[in-house]
Amino acid sequence: MTFWRNVMAITWKDILTELRTREIVFTVVVFAVLVIVIFNFAFGTTREAVALVGPGILWVTFAFSGVLSLNRAFIPEKEGGCLEGLMAAPISREAIYVGKMLGSLLSMVAIEAIALPVFALLFDLRVFSVPLVLTTLLATIGFVAVGTLFSALAVNTRAREMVLPILFLPVVVPVIISAVKASALALDPSTEGWGEILGWLQIVGAFDVIFLVVSYLVFGFLIEE
Amino acid sequence: MTGINVGKGALLGLSLALMAVAVYMVSVYVPTEQMMGIVQRIFYFHVPSAWVGFLAFFVVFICSILYLVKRDSKWDVIANCSAELGVLFTTLVLITGPIWARPVWGVWWTWEPRLTTALILWLIYVAYMLVRSYASDKQQGARFAAVVGIIGFIDVPLVFLATTWWRTQHPGALVFQSGGLAPSMLATLMVSLAAFTSLYWLLLIERVGLKNSENEVEILKESLE
Repeated sequence: MTFWRNVMAITWKDILTELRTREIVFTVVVFAVLVIVIFNFAFGTTREAVALVGPGILWVTFAFSGVLSLNRAFIPEKEGGCLEGLMAAPISREAIYVGKMLGSLLSMVAIEAIALPVFALLFDLRVFSVPLVLTTLLATIGFVAVGTLFSALAVNTRAREMVLPILFLPVVVPVIISAVKASALALDPSTEGWGEILGWLQIVGAFDVIFLVVSYLVFGFLIEE
Repeated sequence: MTGINVGKGALLGLSLALMAVAVYMVSVYVPTEQMMGIVQRIFYFHVPSAWVGFLAFFVVFICSILYLVKRDSKWDVIANCSAELGVLFTTLVLITGPIWARPVWGVWWTWEPRLTTALILWLIYVAYMLVRSYASDKQQGARFAAVVGIIGFIDVPLVFLATTWWRTQHPGALVFQSGGLAPSMLATLMVSLAAFTSLYWLLLIERVGLKNSENEVEILKESLE
């Protein structure tokens, strides 16, 4: 029980900081819209082109936005000397991981909740369906599970922001592949019911569980000294 | 010391002998494949390189776990050296693959699961080496690299599965479709595999020895300052 109280305390602290500064969500949403706009120039706006590259644009946008926001997860902690405070506190390293992970998850979901309607508006795609929202949520869990771990690693290196993308992107490839597949099916008007989408969602879910368990187990080794 | 040297000498002799036999078998003994022609002979270097790459990363995985549990820098040195060799052999796979693919499939590259996995694998372990060099001190680098070594290896089957499901109809290597290999080809492949494996262990022992000497020199240098 104390474990979850500690987790909630850390997550609440992150939510409060974010509500007061609006640093991460605001900046990353602007970035996400910029990525979508640039893709629009890169691929053109014909209906066929959008149907073909739409799901890809969505996930490239979310992956890049994820890198940007996850980088910020530990940098303020490090700069303010708060990481030492967290480590000195009588809480387990695992609680720090889960707390920070939930905080990043909420930031990412907030960013996606704004970026998805913008995406729908600009490309005229039906994004407000249960399968697509569920795909986004499940894939985001996978993103933050790995991302929180590598963010804690990156912040302690000399290169900081450069380290996260080169570690994060190759490792989340399985999640990106499954998310793109599930979203393509969810965005395709000819798809009826759940059918194949459910299979892909189960795959994303399985990847989430694996990444969460492994990250939970090894996180303690990253922040010690 | 002499025991190690005798072992090393024996391994060197074995590697040289196996390599000589492998080169003879590949270029003289084995018949030219009917459909693909002479270029198919690269197969006997391509597949063993891939095998040694995987073996090397498996050694990284095991030694990373041992390092985190036992905190003996011996394991870190082995993991570090094995990762270097793994990247080297995976690079060979990525070079020999397109040379073989171009005349046979007509393209340098296809996004077939095995190819994609090899490329992602290569990217993850290049990141592994970068993380080590970006760490602020040696011990931190060792811990961070161990975490990447564990996550990276667990990620490999996930990438392979995701890409397999993603491309349900893959172009397929003709060698594996036409009902297995001819006995002479299988024998040549086996000798090549043995030669590469023996070469890997020899290189690993040499590299670990060199790394230990490097570390000794560094310690001596520090004590002089």
